Amino acid sequence: MRTSRIKWHIIVFLAPAVLVYTAIMIVPLFNTLRLSLFTEVDQERVFVGLENFRTLFGDPRWSESFWNALGNNFWFFFIHMLVQNPIGILLAALLSNPRLRFSALYRTAIFVPTILSFVIVGFAWKLILSPIWGIAPEMLDAVGLGFLYQPWLGLEETSLTTLALISVWQFVGIPMMLIYAALLSIPDEILEAGECDGITGMSAFWKIKLPLILPSIGIISILTFVGNFNAFDLIYAAQGALAGPNYATDILGTFMYRTFFGFQLQLGDPHMGSAIASAMFVIILIGVCLYLFGIQTRMRRYQF
Amino acid sequence: MSMKKLTAGLLATTMLVSTAASAQDVTLTIESWRNDDLTLWQDVIIPAFEAENPGITVQFTPSAPAEYNAVLNSKLDAGSAGDLITCRPFDASLALYEAGHLTDLSDLDAMSNFSPVAQSAWQTDDGSATFCMPMASVIHGFIYNAEAFAELGLEEPTTVDEFFAVLDAIEEDGNYIPMAMGTADQWEAATMGYNNIGPNYWRGEEGRLALIAGEQRLTDPEWVGPLEQLARWGDYLGRGFEAQTYPDSQNLFTLGRAAIYPAGSWEITGFNAQADFAMGAFAPPVPNAGDECYISDHTDIAIGLNAASPNAEAARTFLNWVGSPEFASIYANALPGFFPLSDAEVTLEDPLAQEMISWRGDCNSSIRSTYQILSRGTPNLENETWNASTQVIRGAETPADAAARLQEGLASWYEPQQ
Repeated sequence: MRTSRIKWHIIVFLAPAVLVYTAIMIVPLFNTLRLSLFTEVDQERVFVGLENFRTLFGDPRWSESFWNALGNNFWFFFIHMLVQNPIGILLAALLSNPRLRFSALYRTAIFVPTILSFVIVGFAWKLILSPIWGIAPEMLDAVGLGFLYQPWLGLEETSLTTLALISVWQFVGIPMMLIYAALLSIPDEILEAGECDGITGMSAFWKIKLPLILPSIGIISILTFVGNFNAFDLIYAAQGALAGPNYATDILGTFMYRTFFGFQLQLGDPHMGSAIASAMFVIILIGVCLYLFGIQTRMRRYQF
Repeated sequence: MSMKKLTAGLLATTMLVSTAASAQDVTLTIESWRNDDLTLWQDVIIPAFEAENPGITVQFTPSAPAEYNAVLNSKLDAGSAGDLITCRPFDASLALYEAGHLTDLSDLDAMSNFSPVAQSAWQTDDGSATFCMPMASVIHGFIYNAEAFAELGLEEPTTVDEFFAVLDAIEEDGNYIPMAMGTADQWEAATMGYNNIGPNYWRGEEGRLALIAGEQRLTDPEWVGPLEQLARWGDYLGRGFEAQTYPDSQNLFTLGRAAIYPAGSWEITGFNAQADFAMGAFAPPVPNAGDECYISDHTDIAIGLNAASPNAEAARTFLNWVGSPEFASIYANALPGFFPLSDAEVTLEDPLAQEMISWRGDCNSSIRSTYQILSRGTPNLENETWNASTQVIRGAETPADAAARLQEGLASWYEPQQ
């Protein structure tokens, strides 16, 4: 007797994940893309093709908001890349130093903010920076530098950078952990071999460790990119849906939220909202593809 | 045997229950977002109505404010909504009326107790049908720390010049922040700023209706005036007002650190509980001495009849009672700061609330200029006004530029302004 050619066990084991993922990720994603091709006329849904996208990029008001949000998003990402990842690498390098005492304590303390809710982080930092009750102005006052304090979250020039730094504070634990793990996985033999060739201390980090953790840095960069371009919560918690002052902190996520669900007297427009969500999807897709095909494939891997 | 007894007993109770149900005539259910007022309705308002109208029982079943619109819409579509529906002002309720969920109430006797301004939030655009019985409004003005005023020898200002003289005096003294308002949350700048002082410039309803009709532009002096005044506010708002939130402002005032608070009357209950100093209130100062004064007396809450209600007659009785002076008096005294919209004379026990409602006698009432019709399109005039008022207070944009931007945005979709 030959057994059935269909390998049932594969289907059975794949089914739960495939079904759940399809139901809550793939279907909504394609439905959002579909929704962006429609609009509502007299309470009825009408197919309009790419009209919503033409409004989004062609209408001066819509396109101005869109490019402003996209620009802010890039700045938000830029600050993360510039601050979060170097600090993460530095912390990981320090933590992996075997002579450091209390390293488990530091590791935990630095990682804890990552598990906090955005709402708590946004609210706590708002209080810390508050010009009225905040401890930041009080501390500066105490050392006679009170005049240096600015209402950082309330000024157009500083608010977005401030929020980006708050987000860095919250998430610096993640690159730290990933790079820490990568550093630990470097075999001692390689470092010892380097020592024999006279490579020690800082040059061991630059010449041996850094090339070996580059793939991790690449993964962190792409995770940061996706996370930042999907960001919404922190801005919403700290500045509200209008992303003040004067839309200086408006990113694609808040712009999409305002459009999709409406705000105050503005009624929601699911179709334009979907168009923005689709644009976000395409931007993230392009970024991820650039990384996958442009960088990942060229990265050299080392087998130990 | 025992089984039979039980069945008989059950049958008997069922019959009793059904007789009781038929003897008790009608039960009306009210949908509302005001879950804060649950005890008020159960202990005061409903007993007062039921005592006068035996045979009608009323149940108040509120849901959470943020979910109300969505919950109500799904209940209406499913046919399970209550007989009476608490109405949000303007477009949200108009959409319900146009979808056939609310009934035209223009013919109710009690409707004549309400002025056209009071009805405007629940009317079709042409004013031909009113579909909710107005309940309450909120009035804007300025609440001040009376002890600070006495200490500095200041009087309530009546003109804009006097107002700024008072602010200068407080600033000079240095013990108080002259005015508590921030721009972090943006809406206060538009609601407590622009729409508070604005009616004095655009002459209330006259200007508001002219704007809707397309006879005036937002760049006209009547509409730029309030922005010009707001631009001067920035100097008096205390350090770091750019990042000051709404609760910050409330606390600054109730802790006695700020002397004047640009207010909506809904603050009264909270301020009475928090502040341990005497407070007073003055109406928005007029531009020139002797000008007629206008206040923002903004329609906020009303109640309508579900078109699918099987108890329409009883519901109409209830709505007529809601329009009566008796209801107005009960409601206003239980919730100082939410003022009855009816023309009937009502006396309030809370002095601050009484002061604010007394302005209706001297000044003309109007509603917020951006709420009716003008916030239907994109860009939304109300949201744009938040931004423009904030920009002007922060000194980031000149009043003329801000007004031009508002006008351009409105004209981009609103035909009468094109």
